[in-house]
Amino acid sequence: MAGQGQADNRPLSPHLQVWKWHWTMAGSIFHRVSGVGLYGGAFLIGAWLIALATGPEAYALVEAIAFSLPGQILLFLWSMAVLYHFANGLRHLIWDGPMVGFNPGLASLWSMFNFAFAIIGAAVIWSLASFY
Amino acid sequence: MTTSTKIVRGLGSAGSGTLHHIRQRVTALALLFLVPWFMYSIIHACKAGYEGALEWAAQPVNAILLILTLSAALYHMRLGIQVVIEDYIAKSGSRQALLILNTFAVFALGVATILSVLKIWFTAGA
Repeated sequence: MAGQGQADNRPLSPHLQVWKWHWTMAGSIFHRVSGVGLYGGAFLIGAWLIALATGPEAYALVEAIAFSLPGQILLFLWSMAVLYHFANGLRHLIWDGPMVGFNPGLASLWSMFNFAFAIIGAAVIWSLASFY
Repeated sequence: MTTSTKIVRGLGSAGSGTLHHIRQRVTALALLFLVPWFMYSIIHACKAGYEGALEWAAQPVNAILLILTLSAALYHMRLGIQVVIEDYIAKSGSRQALLILNTFAVFALGVATILSVLKIWFTAGA
């Protein structure tokens, strides 16, 4: 049987190093990267919820980790990944549904916007959360 | 000789790609509404301490929205990682193993978190 225990002998898409970087490419790659990151993040958010149901000792432990410096950095990155994946995911839905935004100029601009949305959005959320 | 080569070689399409695509979009559509609520809520709950977070999660509306968010997010996650595994893991054995692990991990997390929400809801004020 073909493909058993070895790589399928199918044509490959051009490798990364022969591409010139552009915004839509970065946008697409980061959508996948943030998606994989959010997969891991879901297990950490899940741990928080399970600890909440377990009791005060378990919750205190998770809280201590979440409010430590590495925990806060991780949560900041997590929030940025959520915002990016959200904005770019919305674009995917607009591409698939009303089918607008394929024009190269607009698509590049939209990618830039999504990155800016994630970075500025996370900064705004975190400053609002700390002032409140 | 009418059997196409791709079928003889076992490299034809799985025939289930459209459903995968639609499910990815439908869960995304649900998350479009659920994620903003979740982000807003979890910040408040985190800042409220153990008692405050418990009180928040025990509210029926929050418990229902939490279970919906978890269900949509976990389904979406499973579909997304499935594609990543299929794209990057060429070795058939490792690929199958990771695809199964993906399913197990997502179901385990789903059962554990949803039961946690239900426990908080059912034991509130008891």
